[in-house]
Amino acid sequence: MTTTLGSSRPTPEGLRGLVQPDRVHGSLYTDPAIFAAELERIWYSTWVYVGHVSEIPRPKDYVRKTIGPQQIVMTRDTDGGVHLLQNRCAHRGNLVCEADRGHSGSFRCPYHGWTFSNTGDLLGAPFNQGYGGREGLKELGGLATVPRVGIYRGFVFGSLAAEGPTLEEHLGAAAERLDRLARLSPEGEVELTAGFVQHEVEANWKMLVENETDGYHPQFVHSSIFSISGSSIGDLYSDKSTAVTRALGGGHSENDLAPEFRRLGVPMGWAGTPESKIPDYVAQMRDVYGTETGDEIMINGSPHIMIFPNLFVAEIQLFSIQPLAVNRTVQHVTAIQFKGAPDLNRRLVTQCVGSVGPAGMLLADDAEMYERNQRGVEQLRPEWLDLRRGLGRETTDDDGYTIGTATDETSMRSMWSHYLTLMDPQPATAPQESTVEGAQA
Amino acid sequence: MTVAAQQIVDGTPAPTAGNDTGTVTPIGVDEAAQFLYREARLADAHELDAWEALWTDDALYYVPIDDTADPMTSMSIIFDNRGRIATRIKQLHTGRRHAQRPPSRLCRTVGNVEVLGVEGTDTVVTSVVQIVESRERGTRFWAGRVTHKLRRTDDGLRMSTKKVVLVDSDRPLLSLSFLV
Repeated sequence: MTTTLGSSRPTPEGLRGLVQPDRVHGSLYTDPAIFAAELERIWYSTWVYVGHVSEIPRPKDYVRKTIGPQQIVMTRDTDGGVHLLQNRCAHRGNLVCEADRGHSGSFRCPYHGWTFSNTGDLLGAPFNQGYGGREGLKELGGLATVPRVGIYRGFVFGSLAAEGPTLEEHLGAAAERLDRLARLSPEGEVELTAGFVQHEVEANWKMLVENETDGYHPQFVHSSIFSISGSSIGDLYSDKSTAVTRALGGGHSENDLAPEFRRLGVPMGWAGTPESKIPDYVAQMRDVYGTETGDEIMINGSPHIMIFPNLFVAEIQLFSIQPLAVNRTVQHVTAIQFKGAPDLNRRLVTQCVGSVGPAGMLLADDAEMYERNQRGVEQLRPEWLDLRRGLGRETTDDDGYTIGTATDETSMRSMWSHYLTLMDPQPATAPQESTVEGAQA
Repeated sequence: MTVAAQQIVDGTPAPTAGNDTGTVTPIGVDEAAQFLYREARLADAHELDAWEALWTDDALYYVPIDDTADPMTSMSIIFDNRGRIATRIKQLHTGRRHAQRPPSRLCRTVGNVEVLGVEGTDTVVTSVVQIVESRERGTRFWAGRVTHKLRRTDDGLRMSTKKVVLVDSDRPLLSLSFLV
């Protein structure tokens, strides 16, 4: 499988050969050299979802997060600003933040006592005469910060590249889906306050990204739970479904299930929750948005969108994908909570807990597929993974986006097309070197 | 265990005061241990129906991430009421629960059994479990502190609560698709 590239650094020509319009090569999931290049060109370059402002509501709050294998501390300063710091002491590289979350305006390295503010500035180093006194401290560095931090609807993204497209450019049409998600709150805000379950899989991260908007698999992977719970989710992903798979550009894609939800025509029908179970929520939504608009919001439901490379919103749950090695990935999963909707939120937590995580009645089966797939692509032949499903029946919607039917692989093809633009940038501009410097500055 | 933990949002009746007149014959440590061993053996052997029959109707099967958090507002690894336990068992019975196809080969040790006291009609028992799980992807070791609430019924001992606090509950975990 690695014969095409060996273990050498992948060249643009080599990558173009591996990513083709209707198939991709198995080594993309198994070659450590390709994984190393992905970290550099995707994870340490493009915008990556890190966390949500609701996880650090007060000044001085902090929470540990990640960008791929990179340890990040997300902090809120006294003025309310959000910062992303690399968890690495400027002295000898120790992790300065040990707790998963907490409340502190500064971080003291346990090794030699260097202290940093929650914006990354060096506040002090013990016995500073060794550095020529207080003046000498100015020569020393602070914590590295993620060069670019962007927030949209409370979702905090970071880019380890000092320059590049803006967050708005990166999100493109995905932004409107986050708007749609937020509108399901009577106060217009999402909150991620339920904590995360961390589910590890022995598989390449792209197996997960591709699966998130793969409408072909639910009927098979999840048939066990659909058949006994009487769930109609399986029908959303069938030949008869009016749902579509949409390529949103930028590697983002969605399963647009709203046409099916509108056919149901019932507020919160998409969530399988009758109005009678959440009367306060429904009443408040109608009160805030007006009956007609409120009902429309509650009928159309929540998005099912994969925001490349690591944020997956699946109606009521949110996944953050963290690659650790070519065959090791962690999914951080939480129940989405809507500000001002306590009755709905409690249902969302219990519903989500039943579905996701290591013991989840849906996600444990997805994880099994990822891991079997990983072991499968390590086999030599037939070398390629087929991506042609629906290629001949794609159309363009009114907004100019490519769409396929509910079960077509339109989303995967668009992900790979964007992948190639990131992995195979124009050689003349050579932005990679500055990217690496930015990541380690 | 919080009261809230016993009333899952999607339909659990509130815990009953018990099924007798209030006199509880204490459950000793030997009797409790025998129950725990049997439960462990049934789970290891994937004797799904026999395992399910050990539960009371007001069951709570709980594997927290953070044992101090409120499971009504925080994520858990497992938070099953009686209905959801039944769903879990039915899913395993379909033969299409891929994460358990083929079923994990399991061997668990239950130890350090202590009777902590009585809560209403239930006797609270704590123990430690260590589980070796073998699957195609490899062999995995699981360990945790377990709390059982056992109740004497006309049909013998039953469990109303089983809580398993894994030593690594707040870290990334591979799939845990067998009955822990």
